[in-house]
Amino acid sequence: MSDLISGLLVGMAFGFLLQKGRVIRYDLQVGALLLKDMTIVKFMLSGVLVGMIGVYLCKDLGFLSLKVLPASIGANIGGGLIFGIGWGLLGYCPGTSAGALGEGRWDAVWGILGMIVGAALYAETFPLLKKTVLTWGSLTSRTIPQMLGVDHWFIIPFFIAAVIVLFIWFEKKGL
Amino acid sequence: MNKVDDKAWSPYLAGSLSGVVIILSAVFTGNFFGASTSFVRTAGMIEKFFSPERLNQLAYFRWFVPKIDWQWMFVVGIFCGSLLAAVTSGTYHWQALPDLWQKRFGPSRLKRGIIAFLGGIITMYGARFAGGCPSGHGMSGVPQLAISGLVSLCCFFIGGIIIAISLYMFGDKKR
Repeated sequence: MSDLISGLLVGMAFGFLLQKGRVIRYDLQVGALLLKDMTIVKFMLSGVLVGMIGVYLCKDLGFLSLKVLPASIGANIGGGLIFGIGWGLLGYCPGTSAGALGEGRWDAVWGILGMIVGAALYAETFPLLKKTVLTWGSLTSRTIPQMLGVDHWFIIPFFIAAVIVLFIWFEKKGL
Repeated sequence: MNKVDDKAWSPYLAGSLSGVVIILSAVFTGNFFGASTSFVRTAGMIEKFFSPERLNQLAYFRWFVPKIDWQWMFVVGIFCGSLLAAVTSGTYHWQALPDLWQKRFGPSRLKRGIIAFLGGIITMYGARFAGGCPSGHGMSGVPQLAISGLVSLCCFFIGGIIIAISLYMFGDKKR
């Protein structure tokens, strides 16, 4: 039960911030995909940077354990591209569709209903996919530091630098 | 693209605070963000109601048992948090059609409904194919330097950019 309450509270905090950052709007999601407005990318990568530093610090201090999904090139590239096609049409992703509905953008309802149908369809085709494309290009390492055989604190500064350069470029271009 | 209103928080600030939420959630609840499996569980709960025999035949629902869990409440929380932020800041806005969409595709709600529904189906099919959505792969995988997260996130954008540019390349007035 406390698990459900903590899920609700964490979701509320995230939903609150999504709304404050104005990133749950079709116009901004599609704006990013049209490469005209990078608000959602700034939001996401800021969260990723802070999260990355904090998560790895806390991991090293023993406060948490990582939960990393295995990588499969077939699944991640194939599924990722299919997701992108749907996202471009809908203009919301699964999490933001709930947030969009929360601030009154009720066209998200059609997307949410579609997503439930999409999940059911996936369950129907899962046995076939599992035997084929999902295992194509399965990697043994799950993270970049594992794959390169280096410490994560060797990778993180490069990541931070790359994101900051990207942010500076966005601001210069007024994106 | 429409101007971001004055009450909006900087996406860098709201995004960074989301990063703090990611860390706190991982430390105190042991959970990372994710949204798409909640739609799988919802589809399962609906199938359980209408056709429990069919549900039992589907292996996917043995992995993702149709029940309300932490992540399901997380998605409900996103809705509640967004609603709270919108109502308390006076930015709640009951809207059937996104501005950008209406400018390009006209005032038909049916047209938007059909495309959003189809987009939703494809979005979720792709998300489950890839093993996650921008919450699970983007906001959880990438901070952990997951290969699956980085590859999927790039592909989400590649697919999305192709569709968004094809949808909006023709017809929309030049800005």
